Amino acid sequence: MPEMTKQRPKHLALHEIRLPLAGFASILHRISGAGLFLMLPLLIWLLQLSLGSTQASVELFAAITGNWLVKLILLGLIWAFLHHFCMGIRILLIDIHVGVEREQARSSAMTVMVVSLALTAIFGLKLLGAY
Amino acid sequence: MNRLVVGAGYGLKDWLAQRVTGVVMAAFTLIMFAAALGGAMSSREAWQAFMANGLIRFLSFLFIVSLCWHAWVGVRDIWMDYLNSAALRLFLHVMTLLALVGYAGWAIQIIWRL
Repeated sequence: MPEMTKQRPKHLALHEIRLPLAGFASILHRISGAGLFLMLPLLIWLLQLSLGSTQASVELFAAITGNWLVKLILLGLIWAFLHHFCMGIRILLIDIHVGVEREQARSSAMTVMVVSLALTAIFGLKLLGAY
Repeated sequence: MNRLVVGAGYGLKDWLAQRVTGVVMAAFTLIMFAAALGGAMSSREAWQAFMANGLIRFLSFLFIVSLCWHAWVGVRDIWMDYLNSAALRLFLHVMTLLALVGYAGWAIQIIWRL
């Protein structure tokens, strides 16, 4: 039984792995989720300030969201949310056996990345006050 | 019987929870987007009145619980996939869980004191 003699666990050299498109979209799903988790305190704090009734909370909210670094973080979080959202729908569809074939899975991964980037541009321009 | 210390248990529950909480959050997202188009975020007063609505309070509570549960499963998976030390993994699992329970309490009191 040659299979049984294989070395386990396998050592994976991350920098040598070339991910297929769906794998790339998948690792971005993980990265976007981790980013959203790490920034949760900021988001809850902003929610708190946006719903606060004191003048201080109004001013602090404006000061924080007016900061360019915060804007940059929020832009990243908008992308993270949208990518995670679109990729989540793709995962749910694959769960119910929609788009399981290789070609469909590849094109849906591309769709997720294109759609989430396009939506990021739309919401990002709103964030930056373009309209 | 020997079992690996993976910290996740075996079975369907977490997988299913990840799907259910994901669907809840996706539905809430679409509701919030529709509300934004309807002007719920056009001013501070409109936003506060919208969030104080009884049904929205109920739904945003479900969203917060779903988010923290979803994040727990997802972040725990990350620790399990990349960390080999069982001690470090246990430590980070506990820290993640405590953080998420705290975030849930914090966020819920924000929406429920309106």
